[in-house]
Amino acid sequence: MYQIIRKRELNASVTEMDILAPLVARKAKAGQFIILRVDEEGERIPLTIAGADPEEGTVKIIFQLVGATTIALNAKKEGESIEDFTGPLGTPTPIEGKKKVCVIGGGVGCAIAMPVAKAFHDQGTEVTSIIGFRNKDILILEEEFRSFSDKLIVTTDDGSYGFHGNVTVPLKEMLENGEQFDEILTIGPLIMMKFVVETARPFNVPVSVSMNPIMIDGTGMCGGCRLSLTQDGKRVTKFACVDGPDFNGYEVDFDEAMSRNRMYVNFESIKREETCNLLKEAQ
Amino acid sequence: MALDPKKHEMPTQEPAVRAHNFNEVALGYTLEIATAEASRCLNCKNRPCVSGCPVNIHIPEFLKEVKEGNLEGAYKIITETSSLPAVCGRVCPQESQCESKCTLGIKFEPVGIGRVERFVADYHNANVTTAPEKPEPNGHKVAIVGSGPSGLTCAGDLAKKGYQVTVYEALHKAGGVLVYGIPEFRLPKSIVAREVETLKQLGVDVETNIVIGKTLTVDELFDMGYEAVFIGSGAGLPNFMNIPGEALKGVYSANEFLTRSNLMKSYLDDPVTPIMKGGKVAVVGGGNVAMDAARTALRLGAEKVYIVYRRSMEELPARKEEVEHAQEEGIEFLLLHNPTEILGYQNPDNPRDERNGFVTGMKCIKMELGEPDEKGRRRPIPIEGSEFTIDVDTVIMAIGTSPNPLIKNTTDGLEVNKRGGIIVNEDGLTSRNGVYAGGDAVTGAATVISAMGAGKLAAKSIDSWLSGTGEEA
Repeated sequence: MYQIIRKRELNASVTEMDILAPLVARKAKAGQFIILRVDEEGERIPLTIAGADPEEGTVKIIFQLVGATTIALNAKKEGESIEDFTGPLGTPTPIEGKKKVCVIGGGVGCAIAMPVAKAFHDQGTEVTSIIGFRNKDILILEEEFRSFSDKLIVTTDDGSYGFHGNVTVPLKEMLENGEQFDEILTIGPLIMMKFVVETARPFNVPVSVSMNPIMIDGTGMCGGCRLSLTQDGKRVTKFACVDGPDFNGYEVDFDEAMSRNRMYVNFESIKREETCNLLKEAQ
Repeated sequence: MALDPKKHEMPTQEPAVRAHNFNEVALGYTLEIATAEASRCLNCKNRPCVSGCPVNIHIPEFLKEVKEGNLEGAYKIITETSSLPAVCGRVCPQESQCESKCTLGIKFEPVGIGRVERFVADYHNANVTTAPEKPEPNGHKVAIVGSGPSGLTCAGDLAKKGYQVTVYEALHKAGGVLVYGIPEFRLPKSIVAREVETLKQLGVDVETNIVIGKTLTVDELFDMGYEAVFIGSGAGLPNFMNIPGEALKGVYSANEFLTRSNLMKSYLDDPVTPIMKGGKVAVVGGGNVAMDAARTALRLGAEKVYIVYRRSMEELPARKEEVEHAQEEGIEFLLLHNPTEILGYQNPDNPRDERNGFVTGMKCIKMELGEPDEKGRRRPIPIEGSEFTIDVDTVIMAIGTSPNPLIKNTTDGLEVNKRGGIIVNEDGLTSRNGVYAGGDAVTGAATVISAMGAGKLAAKSIDSWLSGTGEEA
């Protein structure tokens, strides 16, 4: 069992938790993920690590209430425990040797982008961050990003806060103005990452994308997390759990990944409703 | 009493009934049948059956005990060499191992050794509640990576000799392929849990949720005071055919399909983990895993299940009994067929149609057998122009796995072959001192019992190394 040491609501549908898992905390690096189960007979879900405190032995996770499992996780209180917590899985984001990077997060993806920005910042890399949200109400982690970035741009789709528009607009502006980045790292909805790649393409800037496909074991056994990449003109299959989750954005087949992520949409919406009704009854 | 030329038949659930439930197919011998079957053993001098068993169970001896009604005595003899008797009695390919060597089998049907073994183990589990005696600790610590058949066997053998053994498991439940891979109807999970419990009573510590190569490395295990490490991490990444359409929704690896159903219990009526149920299903491959996936799909409510295999029945690698069971249950075998493309739905007018990207069919080509390849198996050759399409909603690829790279990538000096399998010598020792390996991590996908044999060999080698006897393993 793994105890919830702290719990904090970041916005109405996004929660942050620090989970006591000393062995995971000791090894966790930016870009890696964990797999958890809330209770016995629960589903295994992957969540990217949002930070770790090796001394305290805690691992920070940030999750959006999207399905039955995240709703059940959110129902747990500080001091309570969850059944399983495994990691750190996946390959850490390579940060060495980069002088200037642009980190782009979208929505709850900012939870994953934040430790990446921090890792770059801590090693002295110049960090420009662009974080985008639908509106001001769901804005998260602005303070954290400000402290880890040399330059921060907040965007909202409806203009209720910061720059009015999506993340690709300020990115394009900067690239057109001749800003040079060693790499752009983007984490968020697949459609956003796809357009970040398209925005960067004419400028020949390397783009790293963080993929979050459906997974079960997370250790390279089930193959559910496979993605198609085009490398040197050849189509290859890669597994996000062991080969990723970071990939070269120019190689990823986003349309296929978006389609695959919708495999269980019907099942999940039924489950979510069931869970919500249960919660309602309990209250 | 005249010798019965035939094995006593195994009572099974009726095919029409079992095709719709996940209960065990083979019901097991009764005491009467087990005694009668054990009495068929000629107790011959050569005991060829023992050499046919990868863990060398003293077969004639335990059969004799059964014949004389001493079931606990039989259990003790089996467990001297096997840590998982209830598992082996169910999933071992006895027909190509112990039973294939049986002297009786020269003229008649061999003794049903596996079936009697299963009876003895089940009888013990149902009637004996005393915990096994914990051996005197010998002061040595050994770490085992993976709680599948090789790891559990290695752990059991070492624990019986007084070693302090910790088994590290990446998943949330111990058992490896016995819990995520082999379905409930062939190996009930309660039996695996019971065997793991027996090992715990022997003093084995099982740590779940620890991924060696990630949470801890092999080197860190040595730093923690373990004197030897056994790697039984199993096979890994599933293979795909690299044909168009394998990323469509509804295409699974057998590992994923079986893990969803077995480990995550998607077969239950109101599962937490989703799985595609019903419709028409094609399973590609001809091994035991393919049979397991096909029969699972059937039980999940498929209206039609095909096994698509590129060679003929003769080359089909699955156990004969599993093939027969599958056929009885109504699974259709498309032999000498090979998939060339998986087809998906695409609404040309609506890119947001929820049906887009789901499997609708699979293109296959007919094959014929040509000259034998280097392994002696006749090579399948496509028959030009014979392509046709079958309507399916789900495709399950059961064409093997490639070794998992996690441990190799994080363990300096651990040599692997070009397929990624860990290289070991005849004692199960890897290129790293004190690091042993066995099972699918070494051989690639194989059987439960051969993994157990490898775990057993490694336990013997570790013991002779750490106890300083230097005995040949």
